[in-house]
Amino acid sequence: MIVAQQKPQEEIQELIAGARQVLVLGCGTCVTVCNAGGEREVATLASVLRLAGFGNVREATIERQCDAEFYDDVREQAADCDAILSMACGVGVQLCARLFPELPVLPALNTQFMGINEGAGEWTEACLGCGDCKLGVFGGVCPVTQCSKSLCNGPCGGSEDGMCEVDPETIECGWQKIYERLRTLGRLAVLEAIEPPRDWSRTHDGRPRRIRREDLAV
Amino acid sequence: MSMEQTTYKAGSNLERMFAAGHFAVTAELGPPKSADLAVIDQKAEHLRGSVDAVNLTDNQTAIVRISSIAAGRLLLEKGLEPVIQMTCRDRNRLAQQADILGAAVLGIKNVLCLTGDHQCFGNHATAKHVFDLDSIQLLNGLRRMRDDGVFLSGDPIRNSKKAPVMAPRMYLGAAANPFGDPFEFRVIRLAKKVAAGADFIQTQCIYDMDRFRDWMQAVRDRGLDGKTRIMAGLTPLKSAGMARYMANNVAGITVPEPLLARMSKAEDGAEEGIRICVEQIQELREMPGVAGIHLMAIEWERRVPEILERAGLLPRPPLPEPNPDTDAAATANASVDEA
Repeated sequence: MIVAQQKPQEEIQELIAGARQVLVLGCGTCVTVCNAGGEREVATLASVLRLAGFGNVREATIERQCDAEFYDDVREQAADCDAILSMACGVGVQLCARLFPELPVLPALNTQFMGINEGAGEWTEACLGCGDCKLGVFGGVCPVTQCSKSLCNGPCGGSEDGMCEVDPETIECGWQKIYERLRTLGRLAVLEAIEPPRDWSRTHDGRPRRIRREDLAV
Repeated sequence: MSMEQTTYKAGSNLERMFAAGHFAVTAELGPPKSADLAVIDQKAEHLRGSVDAVNLTDNQTAIVRISSIAAGRLLLEKGLEPVIQMTCRDRNRLAQQADILGAAVLGIKNVLCLTGDHQCFGNHATAKHVFDLDSIQLLNGLRRMRDDGVFLSGDPIRNSKKAPVMAPRMYLGAAANPFGDPFEFRVIRLAKKVAAGADFIQTQCIYDMDRFRDWMQAVRDRGLDGKTRIMAGLTPLKSAGMARYMANNVAGITVPEPLLARMSKAEDGAEEGIRICVEQIQELREMPGVAGIHLMAIEWERRVPEILERAGLLPRPPLPEPNPDTDAAATANASVDEA
C-alpha cells in the first residue's frame, strides 16, 4: 500500500492560514490502513485545528481520493469552503485539485512510499514502481528499492553483519537478503551473471507514465 | 611471449610494470576541498619517484573536491602517472562516458571504477544520488568502449559515419572488499568484476591479515589471481585513536584486537603504525597472487617514501619500454607525452 505520514502541525496551519472555511478531506483506502489520513485522523486533525483557532472546519472522508467517482458526496460540502485540506496521498491531492480547480487543495500528509506493514506502527519501503520488475531474478527481494544505492550486481563494501552502512541500526542490507534468499532456493548461481544496465526509460526517468488498456476502454 | 611482443591494452606505466612481472606500488592522493593547486603540488612531490602510479579520489566520502580528472592532468604535467577514480554516485552513463573521452584526450590511461560512498556520509547529504550504472556495469561499459570501440548504447565511438573509430584506451581497475559481508559473496563479486573487465583490483585497506589470507585463498581457488592483478590496499595507522576509529566507525573494515592493543601500548603511535604497515607489506610480497600494493596514506602522503624504503620497495624498477605500436595508439589524442 501507499504509506504516508502527517505533516507537522505548524506546516499544516501555515498552509491553511487565512482560510475561513476549511474542508478536511480524508481517504478511505491506503492512508486509512496506515493510520495517516482516514476518518479517525480527519476527526483528530479537525479538532486540533479548531483548538488552534480555525473556526469553521468541516470533516469528510471518501472511499478513494484517487478516483473521481467518489467525489459526488462532498461537492456540496466543498462548495462554500475557501480551502480543502486533503489527507490523501499525493495522488489523491492531485485529483482533488483537478476536480476543484477554483479552490486551493492543500496536502496534510507527506506521502512516503509503497511499503509493507511490518507490524503495529511500522512500515518499510518495498517497491519504487520502476516499471521493469526483476523480482524473479533476485529471489523476491528488490535491489532497486532495498539497496540504498539501487545496485543490481551485488552489495557495495558497506554491508556489515547484514546491515547497511547508511544506518546500521535500522536498514538491513538488501543484498544480504537477496543472497540468503537465493541460497535457500539453491539458486546462488544466478548471482554469477552480470546484470546489464537498467532501462530507466521505463521508470519516471523516462517521462510521466500513462497506461491505456483498450480492453477496458468503453 | 617476450616483452617486445606484449600488446598493451592501454600502455599505462601501471600496466607495463605488471606485464614486466614487477610488484607494483601505487599510492592515493586526495585532491583538496578547495581550488588550492598547491596542495596537489605538495602531495605529488611527496610521491614523485616512489610509486608507479598515483590514484586520485573522486569526491571521496561524498565530499566535494577538485575532480579526479583535473587533478590527473596536473599530475601528468608533473611527470607522474595518474589512476583516476570514477564513481557511479555523481554521474549518469552520459556523463561517465563523456568524462572518459575527456580523460583519454588529456593523456590519462588508468581508471578505477567504483560504486561511490553514499552521499549521507559527505557534506551534501541532501543531494540526489545517481547510480544509473553500478560499478560492474561501468567497468563492462568502459571495457567495451576500449575493446569493441562502442558506447554503452552500441553506437561506434566516432565523430561521424565517415570518421574513424577513436576509442578511449583505459587500463581498468575495480575495488574489492575482502572484509564486507556476506563473505561468501565477496569472491563471487570479484569474479563478476574480472569478467566485466577489471585488469587490476585494489582492495579495501587491510588490517586483518588472517581474513585477507582466507580471501586470497578463495581468490586463488577460483583462479582469479591469474586473470587480474590484485593490489592489496593498506592504510598506515597514525595513532591508537585512528586504529579505534577505523575499527568502530568505518563499515567494512575490521581491525583485530592484538593490533589495537599494539597501537595503544606504543609510545610513538605514528612509528608503530608505520612499523605495522612495513611488516604487512613484507608479508604481502610473499603472498601468492598478490601483484602489488596500494597505499592509502590518508593526509599522510609525506610518509609514503619512508614506508616504501623500509619495506624494500625503493628504488622502483625502471619502467619497461613501451610497445611502439600500442603506445602510439594509446596516446594518439593526448598532448602530454611521457617524460
